[in-house]
Amino acid sequence: MTNLDDLYREIILDHYRSPRNRGELEAPPAVRVEGFNPLCGDEIVVYLDVEEGVLANIKMTGTGCSISQSSASLMSAAVKGKPLDQVRATIATFKELMTVHESTLAHDGEPARVDLRALGELAALQGVVKFPVRIKCATLAWNTLVQGLDEAVA
Amino acid sequence: MTSFSARRVRADIPQLNRLIYDRPITYLDSASTSLQPNAVIDAMSRYYQLRHANVHRAVYQTASEATAAYEGARESVAHFINAPGGAGEIVFTKNATESFNLLAKSWGAKNLASGDVVLVSEMEHHANIVPWFQLRETTGIEVRFIPVTDDYRLDLSRSEELMRGVKLLSVAGMSNVLGTINPIGELAALAHRHGALIAVDGAQSVAHSATDVVALDIDFLIFTGHKMLGPTGIGVFWTREDILHTMPPFLGGGGMIADVRTDGYTPANGPTRFEAGTPPIAEAVGLNAAVHYLEGLGMTNVTRHEHALAADALSRFDEEFQGRVRIIGPADTTDRGGVISLDVEGVHPHDVAQVLDQFGVCVRPGHHCAKPLMRRFGLAATVRASYGPYSLTKDTDVLLEALGHAVKMFG
Repeated sequence: MTNLDDLYREIILDHYRSPRNRGELEAPPAVRVEGFNPLCGDEIVVYLDVEEGVLANIKMTGTGCSISQSSASLMSAAVKGKPLDQVRATIATFKELMTVHESTLAHDGEPARVDLRALGELAALQGVVKFPVRIKCATLAWNTLVQGLDEAVA
Repeated sequence: MTSFSARRVRADIPQLNRLIYDRPITYLDSASTSLQPNAVIDAMSRYYQLRHANVHRAVYQTASEATAAYEGARESVAHFINAPGGAGEIVFTKNATESFNLLAKSWGAKNLASGDVVLVSEMEHHANIVPWFQLRETTGIEVRFIPVTDDYRLDLSRSEELMRGVKLLSVAGMSNVLGTINPIGELAALAHRHGALIAVDGAQSVAHSATDVVALDIDFLIFTGHKMLGPTGIGVFWTREDILHTMPPFLGGGGMIADVRTDGYTPANGPTRFEAGTPPIAEAVGLNAAVHYLEGLGMTNVTRHEHALAADALSRFDEEFQGRVRIIGPADTTDRGGVISLDVEGVHPHDVAQVLDQFGVCVRPGHHCAKPLMRRFGLAATVRASYGPYSLTKDTDVLLEALGHAVKMFG
Protein backbone atom coordinates (compact mmCIF):
# COMPACT_ATOMS: atom_id res chain seq x y z
CA MET A 1 0.00 0.00 0.00
CA THR A 2 3.05 2.31 -0.36
CA ASN A 3 1.40 4.17 -3.22
CA LEU A 4 -1.78 4.72 -1.26
CA ASP A 5 0.12 6.07 1.74
CA ASP A 6 1.82 8.50 -0.63
CA LEU A 7 -1.55 9.75 -1.80
CA TYR A 8 -3.47 9.75 1.45
CA ARG A 9 -0.93 11.29 3.81
CA GLU A 10 -2.10 11.89 7.37
CA ILE A 11 -2.16 15.65 6.81
CA ILE A 12 -4.52 15.19 3.83
CA LEU A 13 -6.87 12.98 5.81
CA ASP A 14 -6.78 15.54 8.63
CA HIS A 15 -7.77 18.41 6.31
CA TYR A 16 -10.47 16.17 4.77
CA ARG A 17 -11.97 15.32 8.17
CA SER A 18 -11.58 18.85 9.59
CA PRO A 19 -11.58 21.28 6.67
CA ARG A 20 -10.27 24.78 7.40
CA ASN A 21 -12.07 27.98 6.36
CA ARG A 22 -15.39 26.27 5.64
CA GLY A 23 -18.30 28.65 5.25
CA GLU A 24 -19.54 31.62 3.27
CA LEU A 25 -18.83 35.34 3.05
CA GLU A 26 -21.43 37.91 2.11
CA ALA A 27 -21.13 38.51 -1.64
CA PRO A 28 -20.83 41.32 -2.47
CA PRO A 29 -18.62 42.73 -1.06
CA ALA A 30 -16.89 39.33 -1.27
CA VAL A 31 -16.30 37.71 -4.67
CA ARG A 32 -18.11 34.38 -5.10
CA VAL A 33 -16.92 31.84 -7.72
CA GLU A 34 -17.99 28.28 -8.45
CA GLY A 35 -15.75 25.47 -9.62
CA PHE A 36 -17.11 22.27 -11.06
CA ASN A 37 -15.72 18.96 -12.15
CA PRO A 38 -18.42 17.58 -14.44
CA LEU A 39 -16.81 14.17 -14.75
CA CYS A 40 -16.94 13.25 -11.08
CA GLY A 41 -19.49 15.79 -9.82
CA ASP A 42 -17.12 17.53 -7.39
CA GLU A 43 -18.07 21.12 -6.77
CA ILE A 44 -16.66 24.02 -4.82
CA VAL A 45 -17.69 27.58 -4.07
CA VAL A 46 -14.92 30.00 -3.11
CA TYR A 47 -15.55 33.37 -1.41
CA LEU A 48 -12.76 35.96 -1.47
CA ASP A 49 -12.30 39.25 0.33
CA VAL A 50 -9.57 41.23 -1.37
CA GLU A 51 -8.58 44.44 0.42
CA GLU A 52 -5.76 46.71 -0.68
CA GLY A 53 -3.80 44.03 -2.49
CA VAL A 54 -4.23 41.46 0.27
CA LEU A 55 -6.39 38.34 0.29
CA ALA A 56 -7.94 39.35 3.58
CA ASN A 57 -10.31 36.41 3.91
CA ILE A 58 -11.27 33.20 2.12
CA LYS A 59 -14.14 30.78 2.78
CA MET A 60 -15.32 27.72 0.89
CA THR A 61 -18.22 25.32 0.60
CA GLY A 62 -18.62 22.29 -1.61
CA THR A 63 -18.50 18.54 -1.84
CA GLY A 64 -16.01 16.13 -3.27
CA CYS A 65 -13.41 13.48 -2.65
CA SER A 66 -10.72 13.69 0.00
CA ILE A 67 -8.17 14.99 -2.49
CA SER A 68 -10.32 17.85 -3.79
CA GLN A 69 -11.55 18.81 -0.32
CA SER A 70 -8.20 18.61 1.44
CA SER A 71 -6.48 20.48 -1.37
CA ALA A 72 -9.07 23.25 -0.99
CA SER A 73 -8.57 23.34 2.77
CA LEU A 74 -4.77 23.36 2.52
CA MET A 75 -4.97 26.06 -0.14
CA SER A 76 -7.16 28.29 2.01
CA ALA A 77 -4.76 27.99 4.95
CA ALA A 78 -1.80 28.79 2.69
CA VAL A 79 -3.21 31.92 1.05
CA LYS A 80 -5.37 33.54 3.71
CA GLY A 81 -4.10 36.94 4.80
CA LYS A 82 -1.32 36.96 2.18
CA PRO A 83 -0.51 39.74 -0.33
CA LEU A 84 -1.86 38.93 -3.79
CA ASP A 85 1.56 38.62 -5.42
CA GLN A 86 2.48 36.03 -2.81
CA VAL A 87 -0.85 34.24 -3.40
CA ARG A 88 -0.15 34.09 -7.12
CA ALA A 89 3.36 32.82 -6.49
CA THR A 90 1.98 30.02 -4.29
CA ILE A 91 -0.54 29.13 -6.99
CA ALA A 92 2.25 28.97 -9.57
CA THR A 93 4.40 26.76 -7.36
CA PHE A 94 1.51 24.44 -6.60
CA LYS A 95 0.59 24.12 -10.27
CA GLU A 96 4.19 23.29 -11.03
CA LEU A 97 4.08 20.59 -8.36
CA MET A 98 1.03 19.10 -10.06
CA THR A 99 2.73 18.98 -13.46
CA VAL A 100 5.98 17.39 -12.25
CA HIS A 101 6.15 13.96 -13.77
CA GLU A 102 6.89 11.04 -11.49
CA SER A 103 10.19 10.36 -13.26
CA THR A 104 11.49 13.78 -12.31
CA LEU A 105 10.95 13.11 -8.60
CA ALA A 106 14.24 12.68 -6.79
CA HIS A 107 15.11 9.44 -4.97
CA ASP A 108 13.82 10.65 -1.64
CA GLY A 109 10.44 11.38 -3.24
CA GLU A 110 11.02 15.13 -3.36
CA PRO A 111 10.30 16.85 -6.65
CA ALA A 112 13.50 18.06 -8.22
CA ARG A 113 12.38 21.43 -9.48
CA VAL A 114 9.78 22.65 -7.04
CA ASP A 115 10.74 24.53 -3.91
CA LEU A 116 8.82 22.48 -1.37
CA ARG A 117 9.70 24.80 1.50
CA ALA A 118 7.68 27.50 -0.22
CA LEU A 119 4.69 25.16 -0.17
CA GLY A 120 4.76 24.15 3.50
CA GLU A 121 1.94 21.73 4.27
CA LEU A 122 0.84 21.82 0.63
CA ALA A 123 3.80 19.59 -0.20
CA ALA A 124 1.72 16.75 1.25
CA LEU A 125 -0.22 16.79 -2.02
CA GLN A 126 2.82 15.85 -4.09
CA GLY A 127 1.81 12.16 -4.04
CA VAL A 128 -1.15 13.05 -6.24
CA VAL A 129 1.05 13.26 -9.35
CA LYS A 130 1.57 9.51 -9.16
CA PHE A 131 -2.18 9.17 -9.77
CA PRO A 132 -2.75 11.22 -12.94
CA VAL A 133 -6.53 10.85 -12.92
CA ARG A 134 -6.65 12.52 -9.50
CA ILE A 135 -4.70 15.65 -10.46
CA LYS A 136 -7.93 17.32 -11.56
CA CYS A 137 -9.30 16.70 -8.05
CA ALA A 138 -6.34 18.49 -6.46
CA THR A 139 -6.41 21.45 -8.84
CA LEU A 140 -10.16 22.18 -8.75
CA ALA A 141 -10.01 24.63 -5.83
CA TRP A 142 -6.90 26.31 -7.24
CA ASN A 143 -8.40 26.92 -10.65
CA THR A 144 -11.46 28.34 -8.93
CA LEU A 145 -9.26 30.60 -6.81
CA VAL A 146 -7.48 31.93 -9.92
CA GLN A 147 -10.85 32.72 -11.47
CA GLY A 148 -11.91 34.51 -8.28
CA LEU A 149 -8.73 36.58 -8.10
CA ASP A 150 -9.17 37.63 -11.71
CA GLU A 151 -12.70 38.76 -10.91
CA ALA A 152 -11.64 40.51 -7.69
CA VAL A 153 -9.05 42.68 -9.43
CA ALA A 154 -11.00 43.19 -12.66
CA MET B 1 -29.40 -27.21 -20.83
CA THR B 2 -25.73 -26.72 -21.63
CA SER B 3 -23.38 -27.02 -18.69
CA PHE B 4 -22.00 -23.69 -17.56
CA SER B 5 -18.72 -23.01 -15.80
CA ALA B 6 -17.55 -19.49 -15.01
CA ARG B 7 -14.05 -20.90 -14.57
CA ARG B 8 -14.11 -22.14 -18.13
CA VAL B 9 -15.23 -18.69 -19.30
CA ARG B 10 -12.35 -17.16 -17.34
CA ALA B 11 -9.87 -19.43 -19.09
CA ASP B 12 -11.07 -17.95 -22.39
CA ILE B 13 -10.42 -14.33 -21.34
CA PRO B 14 -6.78 -13.26 -21.53
CA GLN B 15 -7.21 -10.03 -19.58
CA LEU B 16 -8.20 -12.00 -16.49
CA ASN B 17 -4.63 -13.31 -16.35
CA ARG B 18 -3.28 -9.84 -15.70
CA LEU B 19 -1.74 -8.87 -12.40
CA ILE B 20 -2.44 -5.40 -11.02
CA TYR B 21 0.14 -4.35 -8.40
CA ASP B 22 1.16 -8.04 -8.19
CA ARG B 23 -2.38 -9.13 -7.41
CA PRO B 24 -4.74 -10.94 -9.78
CA ILE B 25 -7.18 -8.55 -11.41
CA THR B 26 -10.64 -8.47 -9.84
CA TYR B 27 -12.81 -7.21 -12.65
CA LEU B 28 -16.12 -5.83 -11.39
CA ASP B 29 -16.94 -3.28 -14.08
CA SER B 30 -18.88 -5.32 -16.62
CA ALA B 31 -21.78 -2.86 -16.61
CA SER B 32 -19.35 -0.32 -18.00
CA THR B 33 -17.73 -2.67 -20.47
CA SER B 34 -17.24 -6.42 -20.52
CA LEU B 35 -14.02 -8.31 -21.12
CA GLN B 36 -13.53 -10.17 -24.38
CA PRO B 37 -12.96 -13.90 -24.85
CA ASN B 38 -10.33 -15.16 -27.30
CA ALA B 39 -13.13 -16.24 -29.63
CA VAL B 40 -13.94 -12.56 -30.23
CA ILE B 41 -10.35 -11.31 -30.34
CA ASP B 42 -9.27 -14.13 -32.69
CA ALA B 43 -12.22 -13.64 -35.03
CA MET B 44 -11.31 -9.98 -35.41
CA SER B 45 -7.60 -10.75 -35.86
CA ARG B 46 -8.35 -13.36 -38.50
CA TYR B 47 -10.57 -10.91 -40.29
CA TYR B 48 -7.82 -8.30 -40.41
CA GLN B 49 -5.15 -10.87 -41.28
CA LEU B 50 -6.98 -12.59 -44.14
CA ARG B 51 -10.31 -11.15 -45.17
CA HIS B 52 -10.23 -7.40 -44.81
CA ALA B 53 -11.87 -5.46 -47.61
CA ASN B 54 -14.62 -2.90 -47.84
CA VAL B 55 -18.16 -4.22 -47.90
CA HIS B 56 -20.96 -3.87 -50.47
CA ARG B 57 -18.66 -2.54 -53.18
CA ALA B 58 -16.02 -4.57 -54.96
CA VAL B 59 -16.42 -7.94 -56.67
CA TYR B 60 -13.09 -9.54 -55.77
CA GLN B 61 -12.94 -12.56 -53.48
CA THR B 62 -12.01 -10.93 -50.15
CA ALA B 63 -14.55 -8.15 -50.69
CA SER B 64 -17.31 -10.70 -51.05
CA GLU B 65 -15.99 -12.54 -47.97
CA ALA B 66 -15.99 -9.30 -45.95
CA THR B 67 -19.53 -8.53 -47.11
CA ALA B 68 -20.66 -12.03 -46.20
CA ALA B 69 -19.03 -11.69 -42.76
CA TYR B 70 -20.67 -8.33 -42.13
CA GLU B 71 -24.10 -9.47 -43.29
CA GLY B 72 -23.62 -12.73 -41.40
CA ALA B 73 -23.30 -10.71 -38.19
CA ARG B 74 -26.69 -9.17 -38.92
CA GLU B 75 -28.16 -12.68 -39.24
CA SER B 76 -26.66 -13.77 -35.91
CA VAL B 77 -27.83 -10.71 -34.04
CA ALA B 78 -31.33 -11.05 -35.54
CA HIS B 79 -31.47 -14.67 -34.37
CA PHE B 80 -30.11 -13.73 -30.92
CA ILE B 81 -33.01 -11.35 -30.21
CA ASN B 82 -35.56 -13.27 -32.32
CA ALA B 83 -36.16 -10.39 -34.75
CA PRO B 84 -39.29 -11.50 -36.61
CA GLY B 85 -38.15 -10.02 -39.95
CA GLY B 86 -34.61 -11.37 -39.64
CA ALA B 87 -31.39 -9.60 -40.63
CA GLY B 88 -33.23 -6.85 -42.55
CA GLU B 89 -34.34 -5.37 -39.23
CA ILE B 90 -30.86 -5.02 -37.71
CA VAL B 91 -29.07 -1.69 -38.08
CA PHE B 92 -25.46 -1.45 -36.97
CA THR B 93 -24.45 1.82 -35.32
CA LYS B 94 -21.41 2.98 -33.36
CA ASN B 95 -22.89 2.24 -29.93
CA ALA B 96 -26.17 2.29 -28.00
CA THR B 97 -25.98 6.07 -27.71
CA GLU B 98 -25.89 6.44 -31.49
CA SER B 99 -28.82 4.01 -31.71
CA PHE B 100 -30.83 6.27 -29.41
CA ASN B 101 -29.91 9.26 -31.54
CA LEU B 102 -31.11 7.34 -34.59
CA LEU B 103 -34.40 6.62 -32.83
CA ALA B 104 -34.92 10.25 -31.76
CA LYS B 105 -33.60 12.00 -34.84
CA SER B 106 -35.12 9.72 -37.47
CA TRP B 107 -38.25 8.05 -36.09
CA GLY B 108 -38.85 10.75 -33.46
CA ALA B 109 -38.42 13.76 -35.73
CA LYS B 110 -40.78 12.22 -38.29
CA ASN B 111 -43.49 10.96 -35.95
CA LEU B 112 -43.54 13.33 -32.99
CA ALA B 113 -44.85 16.87 -32.88
CA SER B 114 -45.42 19.62 -30.36
CA GLY B 115 -47.34 18.35 -27.35
CA ASP B 116 -46.56 14.65 -27.97
CA VAL B 117 -45.01 12.96 -24.97
CA VAL B 118 -41.96 10.72 -24.75
CA LEU B 119 -42.13 8.87 -21.44
CA VAL B 120 -38.79 7.78 -19.99
CA SER B 121 -37.90 7.03 -16.38
CA GLU B 122 -35.80 8.59 -13.65
CA MET B 123 -33.44 5.61 -13.80
CA GLU B 124 -32.46 6.10 -17.45
CA HIS B 125 -28.94 6.50 -18.76
CA HIS B 126 -28.27 9.94 -20.28
CA ALA B 127 -28.33 8.23 -23.71
CA ASN B 128 -32.08 7.75 -23.26
CA ILE B 129 -32.64 11.29 -21.98
CA VAL B 130 -30.48 13.81 -23.83
CA PRO B 131 -31.57 12.90 -27.41
CA TRP B 132 -35.19 13.48 -26.30
CA PHE B 133 -34.31 16.87 -24.83
CA GLN B 134 -32.58 17.70 -28.12
CA LEU B 135 -35.70 16.66 -30.03
CA ARG B 136 -37.77 18.79 -27.67
CA GLU B 137 -35.76 21.85 -28.75
CA THR B 138 -36.75 21.36 -32.40
CA THR B 139 -40.26 19.91 -32.11
CA GLY B 140 -41.71 21.00 -28.77
CA ILE B 141 -42.38 17.48 -27.52
CA GLU B 142 -42.75 16.85 -23.81
CA VAL B 143 -40.28 14.57 -22.03
CA ARG B 144 -41.90 12.99 -19.01
CA PHE B 145 -40.31 10.82 -16.33
CA ILE B 146 -41.69 7.75 -14.58
CA PRO B 147 -40.69 8.25 -10.93
CA VAL B 148 -38.59 5.71 -9.05
CA THR B 149 -39.88 4.41 -5.69
CA ASP B 150 -37.90 4.46 -2.46
CA ASP B 151 -37.18 0.77 -3.00
CA TYR B 152 -35.63 1.51 -6.39
CA ARG B 153 -38.40 0.29 -8.70
CA LEU B 154 -40.41 2.12 -11.35
CA ASP B 155 -43.43 3.74 -9.72
CA LEU B 156 -46.27 2.70 -12.01
CA SER B 157 -49.03 3.43 -9.48
CA ARG B 158 -50.25 6.35 -11.60
CA SER B 159 -49.56 4.79 -14.96
CA GLU B 160 -52.83 5.90 -16.57
CA GLU B 161 -52.02 9.51 -15.76
CA LEU B 162 -48.40 9.09 -16.86
CA MET B 163 -49.47 7.64 -20.20
CA ARG B 164 -51.63 10.60 -21.19
CA GLY B 165 -50.42 11.93 -24.54
CA VAL B 166 -47.55 9.45 -24.71
CA LYS B 167 -46.45 8.40 -28.20
CA LEU B 168 -43.32 6.56 -27.12
CA LEU B 169 -42.37 4.83 -23.88
CA SER B 170 -38.60 4.42 -23.71
CA VAL B 171 -37.11 2.55 -20.75
CA ALA B 172 -34.11 0.50 -19.71
CA GLY B 173 -34.43 -3.26 -19.52
CA MET B 174 -32.10 -3.12 -16.53
CA SER B 175 -30.80 -0.06 -14.67
CA ASN B 176 -27.05 0.44 -15.06
CA VAL B 177 -26.91 1.90 -11.54
CA LEU B 178 -29.49 0.06 -9.45
CA GLY B 179 -29.51 -3.37 -11.05
CA THR B 180 -33.31 -3.14 -11.16
CA ILE B 181 -34.82 -5.27 -13.93
CA ASN B 182 -37.89 -3.50 -15.27
CA PRO B 183 -41.14 -5.33 -16.21
CA ILE B 184 -40.78 -4.83 -19.96
CA GLY B 185 -43.63 -7.15 -20.96
CA GLU B 186 -46.00 -5.28 -18.66
CA LEU B 187 -44.76 -1.89 -19.91
CA ALA B 188 -45.17 -2.98 -23.54
CA ALA B 189 -48.80 -3.92 -22.85
CA LEU B 190 -49.33 -0.58 -21.11
CA ALA B 191 -47.82 1.38 -24.01
CA HIS B 192 -49.80 -0.49 -26.66
CA ARG B 193 -53.05 -0.15 -24.71
CA HIS B 194 -52.54 3.61 -24.97
CA GLY B 195 -51.63 3.53 -28.65
CA ALA B 196 -47.95 4.24 -27.94
CA LEU B 197 -44.83 2.39 -29.06
CA ILE B 198 -42.17 1.09 -26.69
CA ALA B 199 -38.39 1.29 -27.00
CA VAL B 200 -36.12 -0.72 -24.72
CA ASP B 201 -32.60 0.26 -23.74
CA GLY B 202 -31.04 -3.19 -23.69
CA ALA B 203 -27.47 -1.98 -23.13
CA GLN B 204 -27.44 -3.74 -19.76
CA SER B 205 -30.15 -6.38 -20.13
CA VAL B 206 -29.25 -7.97 -23.48
CA ALA B 207 -25.81 -8.97 -22.21
CA HIS B 208 -27.18 -10.72 -19.15
CA SER B 209 -30.51 -12.32 -20.08
CA ALA B 210 -32.27 -13.86 -23.05
CA THR B 211 -34.09 -11.16 -25.03
CA ASP B 212 -36.94 -12.09 -27.35
CA VAL B 213 -38.47 -9.02 -28.99
CA VAL B 214 -41.53 -11.00 -30.09
CA ALA B 215 -42.26 -12.46 -26.66
CA LEU B 216 -41.73 -9.05 -25.03
CA ASP B 217 -43.88 -7.47 -27.76
CA ILE B 218 -41.64 -4.40 -28.02
CA ASP B 219 -41.15 -2.04 -30.97
CA PHE B 220 -37.53 -0.89 -30.66
CA LEU B 221 -34.50 -2.49 -29.01
CA ILE B 222 -31.16 -0.78 -28.57
CA PHE B 223 -27.94 -2.34 -27.31
CA THR B 224 -24.18 -2.29 -27.69
CA GLY B 225 -21.47 -4.82 -28.53
CA HIS B 226 -18.85 -4.05 -25.92
CA LYS B 227 -21.06 -4.82 -22.92
CA MET B 228 -21.84 -8.31 -24.26
CA LEU B 229 -18.28 -9.66 -24.65
CA GLY B 230 -17.96 -8.01 -28.07
CA PRO B 231 -15.77 -5.14 -29.26
CA THR B 232 -16.25 -1.40 -28.84
CA GLY B 233 -17.39 0.61 -31.85
CA ILE B 234 -20.55 -1.32 -32.71
CA GLY B 235 -24.09 -0.84 -31.49
CA VAL B 236 -27.41 -2.30 -32.56
CA PHE B 237 -30.74 -0.74 -33.41
CA TRP B 238 -33.66 -3.06 -34.00
CA THR B 239 -37.18 -2.28 -35.02
CA ARG B 240 -39.83 -4.14 -37.00
CA GLU B 241 -39.51 -3.95 -40.77
CA ASP B 242 -42.81 -2.08 -41.14
CA ILE B 243 -41.48 0.71 -38.89
CA LEU B 244 -37.92 0.67 -40.24
CA HIS B 245 -38.96 1.23 -43.86
CA THR B 246 -40.89 4.39 -42.91
CA MET B 247 -37.94 5.94 -41.06
CA PRO B 248 -36.05 8.72 -42.87
CA PRO B 249 -32.26 8.48 -43.19
CA PHE B 250 -30.20 9.67 -40.23
CA LEU B 251 -26.57 10.33 -41.25
CA GLY B 252 -25.95 11.03 -44.92
CA GLY B 253 -23.12 9.88 -47.17
CA GLY B 254 -21.93 6.86 -49.09
CA GLY B 255 -23.42 3.44 -48.49
CA MET B 256 -26.85 4.73 -47.47
CA ILE B 257 -28.07 5.70 -50.92
CA ALA B 258 -29.81 4.04 -53.84
CA ASP B 259 -28.95 6.92 -56.17
CA VAL B 260 -27.31 10.35 -56.09
CA ARG B 261 -27.80 12.92 -58.82
CA THR B 262 -26.88 16.59 -59.13
CA ASP B 263 -30.41 17.47 -58.09
CA GLY B 264 -30.76 15.18 -55.08
CA TYR B 265 -30.53 11.62 -53.78
CA THR B 266 -32.64 8.56 -53.15
CA PRO B 267 -31.90 6.67 -49.92
CA ALA B 268 -31.31 2.93 -49.88
CA ASN B 269 -33.93 0.60 -48.47
CA GLY B 270 -33.33 -1.64 -45.48
CA PRO B 271 -30.80 -1.23 -42.70
CA THR B 272 -28.04 0.20 -44.93
CA ARG B 273 -30.15 3.36 -45.23
CA PHE B 274 -28.95 4.13 -41.70
CA GLU B 275 -25.33 3.03 -42.16
CA ALA B 276 -23.58 5.91 -43.90
CA GLY B 277 -19.91 5.45 -44.70
CA THR B 278 -17.76 2.35 -44.23
CA PRO B 279 -19.42 0.45 -41.40
CA PRO B 280 -17.68 -1.23 -38.42
CA ILE B 281 -16.85 -4.43 -40.32
CA ALA B 282 -14.27 -5.97 -37.98
CA GLU B 283 -16.48 -5.00 -35.05
CA ALA B 284 -19.43 -6.79 -36.65
CA VAL B 285 -17.23 -9.87 -37.03
CA GLY B 286 -16.33 -9.58 -33.32
CA LEU B 287 -19.94 -9.08 -32.31
CA ASN B 288 -20.95 -12.13 -34.31
CA ALA B 289 -18.35 -14.18 -32.40
CA ALA B 290 -19.59 -12.72 -29.09
CA VAL B 291 -23.18 -13.67 -29.89
CA HIS B 292 -22.11 -17.24 -30.73
CA TYR B 293 -20.06 -17.39 -27.56
CA LEU B 294 -22.99 -16.22 -25.40
CA GLU B 295 -25.32 -18.68 -27.15
CA GLY B 296 -22.80 -21.39 -26.35
CA LEU B 297 -22.91 -20.43 -22.68
CA GLY B 298 -26.70 -20.23 -22.73
CA MET B 299 -28.25 -16.93 -21.66
CA THR B 300 -30.34 -18.67 -19.01
CA ASN B 301 -27.12 -19.96 -17.45
CA VAL B 302 -25.55 -16.50 -17.59
CA THR B 303 -28.58 -14.94 -15.88
CA ARG B 304 -28.67 -17.60 -13.18
CA HIS B 305 -24.94 -17.35 -12.51
CA GLU B 306 -24.90 -13.55 -12.18
CA HIS B 307 -28.07 -13.54 -10.11
CA ALA B 308 -26.50 -15.97 -7.65
CA LEU B 309 -23.38 -13.81 -7.38
CA ALA B 310 -25.45 -10.67 -6.75
CA ALA B 311 -27.65 -12.40 -4.16
CA ASP B 312 -24.59 -13.69 -2.31
CA ALA B 313 -22.90 -10.27 -2.35
CA LEU B 314 -26.04 -8.43 -1.23
CA SER B 315 -26.40 -10.76 1.75
CA ARG B 316 -22.86 -10.03 2.93
CA PHE B 317 -22.54 -6.23 3.05
CA ASP B 318 -24.70 -5.69 6.13
CA GLU B 319 -23.01 -8.36 8.16
CA GLU B 320 -19.56 -7.19 7.12
CA PHE B 321 -20.02 -3.44 7.54
CA GLN B 322 -22.86 -3.02 10.05
CA GLY B 323 -24.73 -0.52 7.89
CA ARG B 324 -21.70 1.59 6.97
CA VAL B 325 -22.03 0.42 3.38
CA ARG B 326 -25.47 1.14 1.98
CA ILE B 327 -26.79 -0.59 -1.14
CA ILE B 328 -28.30 1.85 -3.66
CA GLY B 329 -30.63 -0.60 -5.34
CA PRO B 330 -33.30 -3.19 -4.52
CA ALA B 331 -32.58 -5.33 -1.45
CA ASP B 332 -35.02 -7.86 -2.85
CA THR B 333 -33.19 -10.11 -5.30
CA THR B 334 -36.18 -10.82 -7.55
CA ASP B 335 -36.01 -8.90 -10.82
CA ARG B 336 -32.54 -7.76 -9.98
CA GLY B 337 -29.33 -8.23 -11.92
CA GLY B 338 -25.63 -8.26 -11.10
CA VAL B 339 -25.13 -4.50 -10.76
CA ILE B 340 -24.52 -3.30 -7.20
CA SER B 341 -24.17 0.38 -6.36
CA LEU B 342 -22.69 1.25 -2.99
CA ASP B 343 -22.62 4.31 -0.79
CA VAL B 344 -19.86 4.06 1.78
CA GLU B 345 -20.68 6.28 4.74
CA GLY B 346 -18.23 9.17 5.02
CA VAL B 347 -16.03 8.07 2.13
CA HIS B 348 -16.25 9.64 -1.29
CA PRO B 349 -16.70 7.12 -4.15
CA HIS B 350 -13.47 8.23 -5.82
CA ASP B 351 -11.53 7.57 -2.66
CA VAL B 352 -13.19 4.17 -2.28
CA ALA B 353 -12.33 3.28 -5.87
CA GLN B 354 -8.75 4.48 -5.40
CA VAL B 355 -8.24 2.18 -2.42
CA LEU B 356 -9.93 -0.69 -4.29
CA ASP B 357 -7.55 -0.18 -7.20
CA GLN B 358 -4.63 -1.01 -4.92
CA PHE B 359 -6.23 -4.42 -4.41
CA GLY B 360 -6.55 -4.90 -8.17
CA VAL B 361 -10.31 -4.31 -7.91
CA CYS B 362 -11.84 -2.58 -10.94
CA VAL B 363 -15.07 -0.77 -10.05
CA ARG B 364 -16.66 2.39 -11.36
CA PRO B 365 -17.07 5.47 -9.16
CA GLY B 366 -19.25 8.29 -10.41
CA HIS B 367 -22.75 9.21 -11.53
CA HIS B 368 -22.84 6.46 -14.19
CA CYS B 369 -24.39 8.84 -16.74
CA ALA B 370 -27.59 8.82 -14.68
CA LYS B 371 -27.63 12.20 -12.98
CA PRO B 372 -31.43 12.46 -12.64
CA LEU B 373 -31.33 9.19 -10.68
CA MET B 374 -28.45 10.45 -8.51
CA ARG B 375 -30.44 13.61 -7.74
CA ARG B 376 -33.54 11.55 -6.94
CA PHE B 377 -31.60 9.85 -4.14
CA GLY B 378 -29.56 12.89 -3.09
CA LEU B 379 -26.24 11.39 -4.17
CA ALA B 380 -23.40 12.88 -6.19
CA ALA B 381 -21.97 9.49 -7.06
CA THR B 382 -21.81 5.83 -6.06
CA VAL B 383 -19.28 3.05 -6.28
CA ARG B 384 -20.60 0.40 -8.63
CA ALA B 385 -19.54 -3.23 -8.77
CA SER B 386 -20.98 -5.28 -11.62
CA TYR B 387 -20.70 -8.92 -12.61
CA GLY B 388 -20.28 -10.83 -15.84
CA PRO B 389 -20.39 -14.49 -16.86
CA TYR B 390 -16.71 -14.78 -15.88
CA SER B 391 -17.21 -13.42 -12.33
CA LEU B 392 -16.72 -15.59 -9.25
CA THR B 393 -17.62 -15.39 -5.55
CA LYS B 394 -13.88 -14.89 -5.10
CA ASP B 395 -14.30 -11.46 -6.75
CA THR B 396 -16.82 -10.50 -4.07
CA ASP B 397 -14.40 -11.72 -1.38
CA VAL B 398 -11.67 -9.38 -2.65
CA LEU B 399 -14.17 -6.54 -3.01
CA LEU B 400 -15.23 -6.91 0.62
CA GLU B 401 -11.63 -7.12 1.83
CA ALA B 402 -10.71 -3.95 -0.09
CA LEU B 403 -13.86 -2.12 1.06
CA GLY B 404 -12.97 -3.01 4.64
CA HIS B 405 -9.60 -1.36 4.11
CA ALA B 406 -11.23 1.80 2.68
CA VAL B 407 -13.67 2.05 5.59
CA LYS B 408 -10.82 1.66 8.09
CA MET B 409 -8.59 4.16 6.34
CA PHE B 410 -11.17 6.96 6.22
CA GLY B 411 -13.05 5.94 9.37
